[in-house]
Amino acid sequence: MAAVDIKNLDVVFGKNPARALELMDAGLSRQEIIDRTGDVVGVQNASLSVKQGEICVLMGLSGSGKSSLLRAVNGLNPVSRGTLEVQDGERMVDLAQCDALTLRHLRSTRISMVFQKFALMPWLDVVDNVAFGLEMQNVGKKERRRRAMEKLEMVGLAEWHDKLPHELSGGMQQRVGLARAFAMDSDILLMDEPFSALDPLIRTQLQDELIELQERLNKTILFVSHDLDEALKIGSHIAIMESAKIIQHGKPEEIVLNPSTAYVEDFVAHTNPLNVLRGRSLMTAITALDVTGDNLQLNKHENCHVRIEGGKPVAASRANAPLNLLDWQEGQPIEQVSENNLVITSPDVSMRAAIELRYRSGLPVLLCEGGQLVGMLSDRDFYHALLGKHFTQETTSDAA
Amino acid sequence: MDWLTDHKIPLGSWMEAFVDWLTLNASGFFDAISISLEWVILSLVDLFLWFPAWAMIALVAALAWGLHRKVSLAVFSTAALLLILNLGYWTEMIETLVLVLTATALSIMFGIPLGILAAHRRWVYTVLRPILDLMQTIPTFVYLIPTLVLFGLGVVPGLISTIIFAIAAPIRLTYLGISRVPEELIEAGKAFGASPGKLLFKVELPAAMPNIMAGVTQCIMLSLSMVVIAALVGADGLGKPVIRALNTVNISQGFEAGLAIVLVAIILDRICKKPGSSEEV
Repeated sequence: MAAVDIKNLDVVFGKNPARALELMDAGLSRQEIIDRTGDVVGVQNASLSVKQGEICVLMGLSGSGKSSLLRAVNGLNPVSRGTLEVQDGERMVDLAQCDALTLRHLRSTRISMVFQKFALMPWLDVVDNVAFGLEMQNVGKKERRRRAMEKLEMVGLAEWHDKLPHELSGGMQQRVGLARAFAMDSDILLMDEPFSALDPLIRTQLQDELIELQERLNKTILFVSHDLDEALKIGSHIAIMESAKIIQHGKPEEIVLNPSTAYVEDFVAHTNPLNVLRGRSLMTAITALDVTGDNLQLNKHENCHVRIEGGKPVAASRANAPLNLLDWQEGQPIEQVSENNLVITSPDVSMRAAIELRYRSGLPVLLCEGGQLVGMLSDRDFYHALLGKHFTQETTSDAA
Repeated sequence: MDWLTDHKIPLGSWMEAFVDWLTLNASGFFDAISISLEWVILSLVDLFLWFPAWAMIALVAALAWGLHRKVSLAVFSTAALLLILNLGYWTEMIETLVLVLTATALSIMFGIPLGILAAHRRWVYTVLRPILDLMQTIPTFVYLIPTLVLFGLGVVPGLISTIIFAIAAPIRLTYLGISRVPEELIEAGKAFGASPGKLLFKVELPAAMPNIMAGVTQCIMLSLSMVVIAALVGADGLGKPVIRALNTVNISQGFEAGLAIVLVAIILDRICKKPGSSEEV
């Protein structure tokens, strides 16, 4: 069961949403609808399903409707049409039809939110800010402070508990915002560009912390970002939005490899593929390699060869001197890889790790799956991806 | 033009008829208000006068120190109150103080909820604004007459006139404070499941508190400025000797009573001001 299930959702801001919906169905553009009715279409016909434990990043330029969609999930924006269901125990609650009491119940037990500009209460000290949501649920002062202190420790701010928000740096304030959301112990977390107001170093640090916390807490997170690098780093899924519509939804690697429109391609062209691409999409497949009989030629100039028996690499040599075959899997220390080791790894290896293997061994990297050699990563494959050629039309002509 | 002057619109007569109608039909209501307010004020005056003067002075000094941690303020308050005692205006000072504090308390009681309502309901503010403007600009003497007719001579018409004059400040500043609460704080409150009541008491009011407190301080000062006018309709206090001095061209009495009013004003202003904020509206 999906934690959040959105079907054909429209969000319209203004006095007369019905009229705006009519015009929208008639195929008028967003601008034409503003000109005729004054109403703004925030989200148009969005369908999105987010599973428990997933981090779904809503991604797009400003004004693309990503925040509008996010804020519909906890009812800060009204649902004009369609369904928006949130899992609550065994049942799904539709925000389009729920009453004020149910909405409050969802907000205080199921969904919490982290804001771009932190939105901490300036008159409350840090621990009371973290306990704010619990106070709304009438949890006793002692109990809510105890629970708030736990979450403060989680974000590493326990010793700052009696400070006021303005005494903290931006990064620390957003950690308080995170702790406040965690204090609700709700499964669904909405994050509205939470790190955009922070400087790049702190941003990276908080992204890492969020990833680490997520490994422990396994929340369902909807995360709004205008930065594809951030989306690729954090997201297990990415939904790309343009002028109120979701134009592509998929796993990070799918998006980088197969951008569906020129708009997405534009985004992708400016990202760093190191964190996204994996060996499988980078490699030169075995069918395109220089194999004669049981002999794979790695490198003509240095006279490197690999002997293959039954599809499996069994020995290697360079200029007739034997090379050590080293099996390396992600998670193992990479320092053990040294020169004269020909590394064999899984095609699921990340591009960053693969480059480091290539750098340390001085040799191409072999990719094996189920004991069978499936492909090889050499410099050319890496350059190809770094130059952003892996998704453009050039791919075919280049390989030829 | 002759026609115009010959056919005068009887605005004044209409108003008079309205007040007459009120005295005829609602005199019980106004009498009840008058009697209960008078009772409250006189009991408070008795209570304050029951304390020996030195105890009151010590109390004010302690308040000054407790709220602001400033020796200078405590010393000044003590010296000023001793001087008032010495000049022989202690009872009048207490009467004025009670009048000011009662007027402020009532203004806050009605003004803050009205301000909140105005901030939440656009139309309330639209209706309220011209009324507030009117209450602040209309010469005090004008509404002194009907209040006198409705509530009789004494401290109550003085109190009512004071409230009419002073209540605009807490209404306006509460309205201002609540409508200026940052949208993101409201959203944060909602997103964490605040009920409308919690949103008001845990987000909006604390966020608007500096403005509301400024409104209260202003209200006290405006009430104090009405002391002399309240004395005209028979309210006891420091205003009485000022009026008497005016009627008998008594410079020394006028100066002393006036000085006492100024001293009370300074003490109230300094004590009520929010600690830490040196410049307020």
